[in-house]
Parts: sequence; structure tokens; C-alpha cells
Amino acid sequence: MSMAERIATRAAYGKALVEMARENKDIVVLDADLCACTKTDLFAAEFPERYFNLGIAESNMVGVAAGLAACGKTAIANSFAMFSAGRAFEQIRNSVAYPNLNVKIVGTHAGVSVGKDGATHQCLEDIGILRTVPNMTIICPADAAETYHALKAALEHRGPVYLRLGRLPVETVHDSDNYQFELGRGVLVQPGSDATIVTTGLMLQEALKAREELLQDGIEVRIVHIHTLKPLDEEIIVQAAQETGLIITAEEHNILGGLGAAVAEVLGERCPTPMARIGTKDVFGKSGEPHELMAEYGLDAASITKVVRETYAKWKA
Amino acid sequence: MDNKTRIELQKKALENRITALNMVYRAQSGHIGGSFSVADILTVLYQKVMNVDPARPRWEGRDRLVMSKGHCTPALYAALAQRGFFPAEELNTFRETTSRLSGHAEMGVPGVDMSTGSLGQGLSAACGMALAGKIDGADYYVYSIQGDGELQEGMIWEAAMTAAKYNLDNLIAIVDHNKLQLDGTTEEIMPSMYPLAEKFQAFGWHVLECDGHDPAALYGALQEAKEVKGKPIAIIADTVKGKGVSFMENNVSWHGNVPSAEEYEAALAELKAQLEELEG
Repeated sequence: MSMAERIATRAAYGKALVEMARENKDIVVLDADLCACTKTDLFAAEFPERYFNLGIAESNMVGVAAGLAACGKTAIANSFAMFSAGRAFEQIRNSVAYPNLNVKIVGTHAGVSVGKDGATHQCLEDIGILRTVPNMTIICPADAAETYHALKAALEHRGPVYLRLGRLPVETVHDSDNYQFELGRGVLVQPGSDATIVTTGLMLQEALKAREELLQDGIEVRIVHIHTLKPLDEEIIVQAAQETGLIITAEEHNILGGLGAAVAEVLGERCPTPMARIGTKDVFGKSGEPHELMAEYGLDAASITKVVRETYAKWKA
Repeated sequence: MDNKTRIELQKKALENRITALNMVYRAQSGHIGGSFSVADILTVLYQKVMNVDPARPRWEGRDRLVMSKGHCTPALYAALAQRGFFPAEELNTFRETTSRLSGHAEMGVPGVDMSTGSLGQGLSAACGMALAGKIDGADYYVYSIQGDGELQEGMIWEAAMTAAKYNLDNLIAIVDHNKLQLDGTTEEIMPSMYPLAEKFQAFGWHVLECDGHDPAALYGALQEAKEVKGKPIAIIADTVKGKGVSFMENNVSWHGNVPSAEEYEAALAELKAQLEELEG
């Protein structure tokens, strides 16, 4: 784990996008007055003829993306998750997903780690909303390395993709040079047989720190990382349930509708297993320092450690 | 346009209305009023103006049409079958479980360039298509047909700004201005959507107005629209909801009503009489 370099997934995305757009001339990028934040300003500078800032009008941005895609472009619509996935939900459903058009929706600033901007800008519902839309693929990478591969896979996939990214600079935990990313496949990040933490997005880093803590207690936790929330890798989850007997999910999202719900659905049908869901407990976020909010909403490594410890003890008893 | 062509197009539009009526009556569901108001517009576009090839419905160089008022599939599918995109017999399956001719416009149907039905979204998609044409240096036109009630959606005006910002003179939006919507007249439901022409002008569009039931007037407006450079064009077509059937015209209940057997026969008789009169 390289703890030295902290890069926001949105920053990694902005950089990777420019690199991939040099090869892929079909890429067209749309923004809604947030290019400095979504990091598509890098693309705008290098490819002004393929960059369109449509102003503060996300619904229209998604509709325009649909029209571009209908004419063979790979259209990428960018905003904060709250607005690209939230405000433009119905446009995504009817103009993009229903006709199965090659549009990529990018939502940066997902989760409470947005920090001081507060609840209106901290999207905790996007995975749940978009998971219910047919034809939709959802990817939520953990770090810079994974974001690079996630974008590559999203561009190679013909059809709608939602790419969920964070605002906060985070450690890169995947090996940039040798990381094998496969769309729809979970990643066994750390072995373990006492319990499994299933993570998505930036919770991977927190879960890895929790694992270190739990080793002190003699609890060896497996870490399974789910970058693709849809389609979900059911096999890696069922296998973890069978082999470790206890599943704890961790996501920077409402526990309703997101990763925890998706895992519970799979296990309920295929392998009923004791579970705990870490995420926001059906509440809105608020303004504050990101690390303080992560602690307050029970999303940091210390909170994860506590939940695993308690759930494990209860389960053993 | 010479009178012979004009009469030919009027006949085609009447055939379109008869087909639409049959489709809705057969399916016992569908939107007659708005289909009748848009029949002449679609006929002029598909028979006289649009550069399309029914043998190659996805041909890249084709003109595109976005039926933003996506509920008027009886008129749209009838126009597409009339132009040869698929056999007319298939229209008999409209709205059936096993049919691809669904209630609202769908891209799987040959000739349909954009899935629509949720009002307000079509103009944005049309902007995207026009933008793609500009990026590629292609010379196709994109036609977007708006309902008038649909202009109450805020997204329409987001799209209007976008089209003007990028000087999309390859985008021609036609407003089927029949002045009725589901719950009443547009004037009652949202009087402040007027004045329309001035609104589009204020958003940076070139605006034309014409009789939406006169093929010559529509053709003239569309030709004039193509001469405009540097601006998107809105054609506000003055139409009558339910056009062609006396008891349906300007009657709000015919937005989504299905005719009874007697009403169907009466409507069919009126349309056929007009057709016979044109055939002289």
C-alpha cells in the first residue's frame, strides 16, 4: 500500500480521460459548469472541439449526451453525483438507459467525504437509484489506479455506465502497474477466514486499516472489493459467505439500496448469512471536516473495526 | 409548390389520419387528437423534405427526426410505414404485447431516430444529434417535433439555450401548436408560456410561423429554415387538435380518448369524404 501519494479519484479520472481521448476520437465531454471540480478542465484544454459546457442544466446535459450517442459518439456527461445521477435521473432512465445508448454518466463528489458543502451536495442515494434502472452499469472505484481501469472499461463497454467518484484525495491501494481490472468482477484484496468486509469506493482504504486493527484481536478479515456494483459479482460474495460465515458491507452511501442491499439480496437468495451493513443509516449528511463526518456517520476505519468486532463476538456467541 | 404536389401531400396526410384512426380504434388506446394535428407536418417532412433511405434506416448521413411529442405514434408510425420503413400491415399490431410498435416512440422501430415519450426530453436529444453533425462536418438536418404543452417543461429551454450557444442551424424544431393539452387549453393551464415566438427569439432562435395544415406553407417554411445560418430555427405551426374530424377538432377530450364504434364510423366517413373530394 502506497500511503505517500494521495490522489482523488476525480483527479485520476480527469487525467485518464485526456489520455484515453487521444486514442478514442469518438469521446465527447459535456459539463454543467463544474469542470474545475469534475476535472474535465484538462480535457477541455486539450480538446476544445470535443468539449461542451452546457451551463447549469444537468437534465439537458444528459439529453444532449443521448443525442450525441445516437449519432455514434461516446458521450460523457459530468457533474456532482447529486446532480448528474440525482437531478437527471429521469433523463438517464428514459433517454439513455431505455434506448441503451452509449452514454457515460460521471458523478464526482459522492458521499459525505465531500465535507463542508454539506447535505445538498453529498449524494448518498445514487447507487440505489441507478441500480434499479435496466441496462445500467455502475462502477465505484477506490483509488487512482482503479479509476484509470474503471474508465477504460467504461469506455470499452457499449452502453450506459455510471461512474461514481470521490472528492477527497485518498491513498492508492491497488498496484498501478499490475492491477487486473475486470468489469463486473469483484477483487479479493486481502485473504481471511473469520469474516469478510465487502467494500466499494473509498471504503476500501478504511476497511484495510480496520483489518490491521482486527489482526491485533486475532480476527483475520477477508477484504472483497466491489468496484462494479452492477452487474454484481455474486460468486465472490457467495464464496466469501460460505468460507468466512460473516459478511460486513461498507459503503459511503445509504445502507438502503446500495452495496449492503445488493449483497443482502444475493445472500438472502443464495446463501443466507449473518450480516452487518456499514453506511449512512438513512439520514442526510451535513457540513464538516471529511474525516470528522466519516467518523460521525460510522464510516471510518475505527467505526468499521468496532462493528466487525461486535458483530463477530455476537456471531461467535 | 405546385397545386398538384400540394394535393398529393394533402391526400397522404388524410391517409395518415385514416391509418392513425384505425390503429387507435383497433388497439382501443392511443392518442388521436395530437396525431391528427401533426399529420401534415410529418407528411411534408417524410414525403418531401427529409433525406432518408428506408432501405438503410441507420444510414449515417440521413436527416434525423425526434418526435419529442412521443405519444403521437399513430401519426409517426403511419408516416414511417407510408415512407416504406416497414410494411403497413405491421401497423395493425400497434400497442400489442408482441409488437415492436409500442405506445410511445421507440428506437427499435425502423426510422425512429430517438426514443421519446417523456415530454420535454426530445429537444435536448435533437441538440445532441445536431452537435454531432457539427463535430463531424456532416450536412444532415435534425428535425424535432414539439408539442405545445411540452414547452412548459423547463428542460426545453435548457435545450433552447444550448442550441443557440452552439449556433445549431442544422436543427429545426417544429412546434405543433394545437393549443390543447391533456387537462385543458394551453392558455388556461399555463398562460405565461406565451408569447411563444418572442420566447424562442429571446433564446437566440430564428422563428418562423406558418399554417400547420397547409403542405405548401409547411414546405415553404422548411425551405426558408434551411436558408438560415448561425441560429437554430423554430417553426411554430398553427394547427388544430383533432384536425379532420368535426367532433374531434379543438375538443380537449380527444387527447387520449378512444372512439366508440359509432364515433369511429363517423370519423372514418368524414376523413374518407375529404379524401374523395381531393381525388375529385
